[in-house]
Amino acid sequence: MDLHYTADVATDDERAAVDGLLGPARNGVSGAAARRQRHLLLPVLHALADRIGWISAGALNYVSRRLDVAPAEAYGVATFYALFSTTPRPPRVLHVCDDIACIDAGAQALCSALASTFGPAGESGPDAAATWLRTPCLGLCDRAPAALLATAGAQHAMVQLAPVDAEDLARAMTGTSNGAGAVPRIGGSELRLLRRVGKVDPESIDAYRAHDGYSALREAFELGPGRIIAEITASKLLGRGGAAFPTGRKMDAVARAPERPHYLICNADESEPGTFKDRILMEYDPYAIVEAMTIAAYAVGCERGFIYIRGEYPLAAHRIGHAVAQARRHGFLGNDIMSRGFRFDIEVRRGAGAYICGEETALFNSIEGKRGEPRSKPPFPVQAGLFGKPTQINNVETLANIPLILLEGGAAYARIGTPDSTGTRLFCLSGAIAHPGLYEVPHGTTLGALIEMAGGVRGQERLQAILLGGAAGAFVPPGALTMPLTFEDARAAGATLGSGVVMLFSERVDLPAILRRIAQFFRDESCGQCVPCRVGTVRQEEALHRLASDGTSAGRKGDVLLLDEIGRAMRDASICGLGQTAANVIDSARKNLDLFTSEAQQ
Amino acid sequence: MIRGPIPQAPAQPPKAQVEITIDGTAARIPEGSTILDACKSLGVETPTLCFLQSLTPVNACRVCVVELEGSRVLVPACARRVEPGMVIHTDSERVRHSRKMVLEFLASSVDLSTAPDAQRFCERYGADPARYAESDGSAATVEQPVKIDNQLYVRDYSKCILCYKCVEACGVDAQNTFAIAVAGRGFEAHISTEYDVPLPDSACVYCGNCIGVCPTGALMFSSEHELRARGQWNEAEQTATETICSYCGVGCTLTLHVQDNSIVKVTSPIENDVTSGHLCVKGRFGFSYVQNRPDDV
Ligand SMILES: Cc1cc2nc3c(=O)[nH]c(=O)nc-3n(C[C@H](O)[C@H](O)[C@H](O)COP(=O)(O)O)c2cc1C
Ligand code: SF4
Ligand code: SF4
Ligand code: SF4
Ligand code: FES
Ligand code: FES
Repeated sequence: MDLHYTADVATDDERAAVDGLLGPARNGVSGAAARRQRHLLLPVLHALADRIGWISAGALNYVSRRLDVAPAEAYGVATFYALFSTTPRPPRVLHVCDDIACIDAGAQALCSALASTFGPAGESGPDAAATWLRTPCLGLCDRAPAALLATAGAQHAMVQLAPVDAEDLARAMTGTSNGAGAVPRIGGSELRLLRRVGKVDPESIDAYRAHDGYSALREAFELGPGRIIAEITASKLLGRGGAAFPTGRKMDAVARAPERPHYLICNADESEPGTFKDRILMEYDPYAIVEAMTIAAYAVGCERGFIYIRGEYPLAAHRIGHAVAQARRHGFLGNDIMSRGFRFDIEVRRGAGAYICGEETALFNSIEGKRGEPRSKPPFPVQAGLFGKPTQINNVETLANIPLILLEGGAAYARIGTPDSTGTRLFCLSGAIAHPGLYEVPHGTTLGALIEMAGGVRGQERLQAILLGGAAGAFVPPGALTMPLTFEDARAAGATLGSGVVMLFSERVDLPAILRRIAQFFRDESCGQCVPCRVGTVRQEEALHRLASDGTSAGRKGDVLLLDEIGRAMRDASICGLGQTAANVIDSARKNLDLFTSEAQQ
Repeated sequence: MIRGPIPQAPAQPPKAQVEITIDGTAARIPEGSTILDACKSLGVETPTLCFLQSLTPVNACRVCVVELEGSRVLVPACARRVEPGMVIHTDSERVRHSRKMVLEFLASSVDLSTAPDAQRFCERYGADPARYAESDGSAATVEQPVKIDNQLYVRDYSKCILCYKCVEACGVDAQNTFAIAVAGRGFEAHISTEYDVPLPDSACVYCGNCIGVCPTGALMFSSEHELRARGQWNEAEQTATETICSYCGVGCTLTLHVQDNSIVKVTSPIENDVTSGHLCVKGRFGFSYVQNRPDDV
């Protein structure tokens, strides 16, 4: 294309960062061949952020030339992601979680302390050595309060810090600090998905093989694609990414799609506040995910797969990257897997701070180097997904179930749990719970029993409410402890299991403040494409703030009714699940916890 | 160069018909049509803001949503294609509520004073944007200073509803210049050049196709902007004259909008086969030579 560029030029360091990924410019491609590399835009922006700390106009011009992308479009992509900055900023950035589990763990006091020592969030000048920012849930709620330290430069690094206290944060701002890779607390009544977590060295492919590893792939080659899909269908496995879609049905549709190639994607963008299950699977059993992807790819006929890992998960990205490389070296990925003539490989992609990129069609756009805006459906991913081709996309936990299904058979798997909610389920327990962590139980276990496994409510506190399923989920009252944890019982209770979040709030917590933080989350994370969500999430947050200030009772009543009206329009008219569920938690607090009832009746 | 009549494509075989029901009326609609097409053919008026026949649907504004039986959520009429057996309601309580809310969301955050369509829809659906700021005026808006960085047109993004039309017109749907794109995210999403550089530093070639498609007057000829600022803009007094652009052999149809014997803006009819409403800088802005009058010198 005949593109136009401003006069800004890249520095040597910026060029080096870009060339490090794309190869030297003089060997580089141009024109249509360059445009075919558009999918490298996000990795290149990461390379710049890692090396330089921010993305300058000169650097973006250079990237745009190398990929033959219009600079205005590349700017639109760079400004979409919260982890990138297009204005100068210090090389060290401390992201401090001020989301709901961390609020319970004292995040506000930590932020105030940081502000008084280092100035308000994001306001240190570019010449400072470090700056700090507030961030939504970092997926470390089991160790709240949490922070993430990103250091740019030739020796760039990203370190998860949790739990942190004020001193840890001050140290992170002023010098180096080592994140302790604490082994997570896991528990439950039946460890299947978690059987290797904390027990088997996640970096060793031999250790993995000594513990069942790759026996399911061997079985898969014996079964062949058709019977693999039949077993998965018989298992009645439902997707664990939130939408509960039958996995077998999806695989069948992709396998049958005449158009080629087919793509496989593992959705590891896990950004639903309160969720950390996929992170722990990737950090502590990465080969299982690689093996599961290989089986799924064989079943639906893919040669190329992607795993899209949220940008705030450095350890998971490292472990998965390492596992992919080892699998390749040992013939478990590549041109002739296990000498069975099957060709498949996996590319690791990092997100860059955008909850919406977990929505499957937004994720396709993100991989393709476009803004992470959801597409309208139909067409569905199984028809036209990544690069417009039939695509199998599944959540990490969904995929992790597949080797188990092949090893014991779909029918045996289906006997675990309840008839409509088969298998075990990972639950992320956090908040006012004695032992926060990741728990695995068969579907049908009651909420109360699950909470007991985690030691019950913390200390002497009294339970006020439980958040099920995350920010897009719902509040249930303490009386819901008898509810069996199944898809159908959750639905009947006006809730959802969503991504497995079980976050407890004691009476110590100001619930309307939690609602305001959730409303802020949706406002911040809306992609901005459609009006009901782009403006509706703002109006919803504003109404909640007005309810918190002392207005007239008529005004308060009006705002409660307005919340209902906004919620209905967002649910009905938004393009994607983000806008459609952005009012759910507020709605559930009103219906299930009687919040704002007195206001509404004035 | 093409001489004689432009050759016509051979006639398409007649399209299969799809049976659907809209507001209780059964209808047979050609396969591949959208629900919006179907509504039009039945005389059902449907509000649209981000849709334009010459551009790829982005279905972002959601003002055209309709209720489709069996669908959990409402669907955008402008982009959703008809399928056999669809039962559609275009005026149910759910539809009216969502349309009203979308219009209130826009009217409470964007200056719609030069967006006659949007104003008409607001009236039709009883939108009351004032209620969002009633108690304390806290409702966020996109208000910002007008961008005046060239002599031909101004960009007043306080009036932008983010319909994506200008981006599409500047990109693959017409101009292939890619001077502007959507930047930022959520409520902060906005139309921008790279790093928000002024238009003269950007790729813009001043074709004005973005102005031609903008439904709100956010993009406006400088001539119109100045007349409006002086309170002299008077559409009722204007005449529209069609002519052919004299600059090159393409022969684009121009519509000259004239007020007080001066051209105040140039458009092209969207139905026109040659232009689909799009022009280049010469046709769009190169009109001063036809009105060089002694007293202008
Ligand atoms: C706003 C939004 C965010 C989402 N984030 C995730 C995510 O982080 N991980 C995930 O697996 N699915 C996520 N989903 C669901 C995906 O769109 C998709 O349904 C899922 O990846 C399908 O996999 P499954 O069938 O295995 O559940 C999200 C959906 C929405 C609407
Ligand atoms: S619902 Fe929200 S996140 Fe989804 S497309 Fe619309 S604006 Fe984007
Ligand atoms: S005038 Fe033409 S080139 Fe310039 S921004 Fe508008 S559509 Fe793009
Ligand atoms: S400037 Fe006009 S055409 Fe462009 S997005 Fe805004 S309202 Fe739409
Ligand atoms: S890590 Fe802070 S809320 Fe999840
Ligand atoms: S006109 Fe259909 S979504 Fe905008």
